[in-house]
Parts: sequence; C-alpha cells; structure tokens
Amino acid sequence: MFDLTGKSALVTGASGGIGSEIARALHAQGATVALSGTRKDALDGLASELGERTHVLPCNLADGEAVDALPKQAEEAMGGMDILINNAGLTRDNIFMRMKDEEWDEVIRVNLTAAFRLSRGVMRGMMKRRWGRIIGITSVVGVTGNPGQANYAASKAGMIGMTKSIAQEVASRNITANCIAPGFIGSAMTDALNEDQKARILSTIPADRLGDAREIASAAVYLASDEAAYVTGQTLHVNGGMAMI
Amino acid sequence: MSEDIAERLKKIVVEHLGVDADKVTENASFIDDLGADSLDNVELVMAFEEEFGVEIPDDAAEKILTVKDAIEFVKSNQS
Repeated sequence: MFDLTGKSALVTGASGGIGSEIARALHAQGATVALSGTRKDALDGLASELGERTHVLPCNLADGEAVDALPKQAEEAMGGMDILINNAGLTRDNIFMRMKDEEWDEVIRVNLTAAFRLSRGVMRGMMKRRWGRIIGITSVVGVTGNPGQANYAASKAGMIGMTKSIAQEVASRNITANCIAPGFIGSAMTDALNEDQKARILSTIPADRLGDAREIASAAVYLASDEAAYVTGQTLHVNGGMAMI
Repeated sequence: MSEDIAERLKKIVVEHLGVDADKVTENASFIDDLGADSLDNVELVMAFEEEFGVEIPDDAAEKILTVKDAIEFVKSNQS
C-alpha cells in the first residue's frame, strides 16, 4: 500500500517543519523528491540525510519568474513530475483594521499565487502522462477564520477553492487535487508559546495534544498514492478534532 | 507535403477524440462537430505541437477551432 516507487515529487517549503516531514515520508515510500525552499543550507542538510533520489531546487516563491521556472527545473532534474506539494507559506499577522497592503499582498503572493502558478506549470506533464497529484497544504483557519490572520485565512481558503476547481477540470485525466488542513502542529513556533498560551490552545483540541508534522506527512502520502485515486477536491482535516467540518 | 500534414493531423484527431475518420473534414469544428471539450482542445494542441515540432502559444491556440484552422497554423509555422 502507498508505494510511490518511480514517482517524482516536488515539495515547496521543504526546509520547514511540515515540508521536511512530507519530503521524508514521500521519499521513504520510494518517491524521488525535489526539495524547494529559500534556505539552501537546510535543504542541503535534508538532501544529504535522505541520500539518493533527492534534488535541491532553491526558489523564492515571491519571485514570479522563479516560480514559473521551478516546474521545468524539477521535471528536468527528476525526469518527470507526478506529485506537487504546495506546502510553502508564510504569515504576516495583524488585526484587520491595521493590516497593510504589503502584508496582504505578500501572503497572497506566496501562499496562493505561487501555488496557482506551480500547479499550472505541472499540469501539462501530468495531462500527458495521465497521472498526477496536486496537494495543497492549507490550514484549519482557511475554513474557520482566525483573528489577526485575515490575509493568511484568505490565502488558505483560496487554495481550497482553487483545488476544487482544478479537481473538477482534470479528474477525467486521472489527476487529483486535494488539500490537507493541519490544525495546531508542534513546531519551533509553538515551542515558543508560554504555558498559559499552550493550555488555552490545548483546551480547544479534543485530542489534548498538538499534532506532529509526521501526521501531516502521512496524510500527504495517502493522497499522493494510487490508493487515493478516487479522492479528489477534498480537504483532509488533520487537527485532533479541534474543528470537525 | 501539405497533404501529408493534413493527413497526419486528422489521424491525431481521430485517435484522440475517438471519432470516425470521415467525420474529420477540414471544416469540422472540434467542439461543435467532433464532441471535444475544452480540455480535449488543449490536449489536441499539445499533440499537434509534438507531432509537428511547432509551438502553439495560448492566443493562437484559442483561434484554432476547426481542423482547417489547425492545418493552416501548422503549415504557416512549421520551419
């Protein structure tokens, strides 16, 4: 089950907590992985940990030309492009009344526009090969909203709508498009919270713990696999029960 | 040579859309007469590009509505 031998995957934001676990998990299932991100040192470190079947393709997703070039680079490096993981994202939190145009624009550009351009860029090859997986890492806040994150929530909700449209357009070509919506996942960012903040967050999570990035990666492996061929246009919520939608 | 292009192109259309060869006349519209949807159109254009070694940009592809349009494009753009 869930064998990805012979498949090629591009993971954006692969130097981050969730992105690196997704890359590890896809690789462990046999996929060749292209690791993209802005921190080349971290990407190189992950690549040497994984060993063969690994390529490092640094890219700044705020740079439209670089984004358009990335699918081709990945295809050339790996000899194909079967699985795209739109994982990279950033936050520029501010209360809505004070939110600056730049804060809005930057989040939309990196989280949503880059995902659009990358998905468009990989589509041709997937159509030809009659097989493809497009997986967007969205967020629970894209569905529930979150104070201080109007830009981020909009970008993540946008990703869900885009994914559903892609799914309808290309389902007949054996290409699926799905999202994974993580809840609170343990990371450097959540480590920095104080005890009070942690207790408050945990009180909203029935599972009474933060999620592990590997639990997001497992969902990605499933959606990338042949076994998930009949699942498309969906958002898989991985959040310990904090939002049941 | 031009006959050859037309024949090769029609063959692609027949194979891709699964229609009878005699339906693929020069004036046949991919969508109205041959049952193609917009995604089929994109794939046909990709197949033409591959077969004839031409690049068909999006704005040109949008104007290729009939078999004849495709033949004309390939004829005037093939090096």
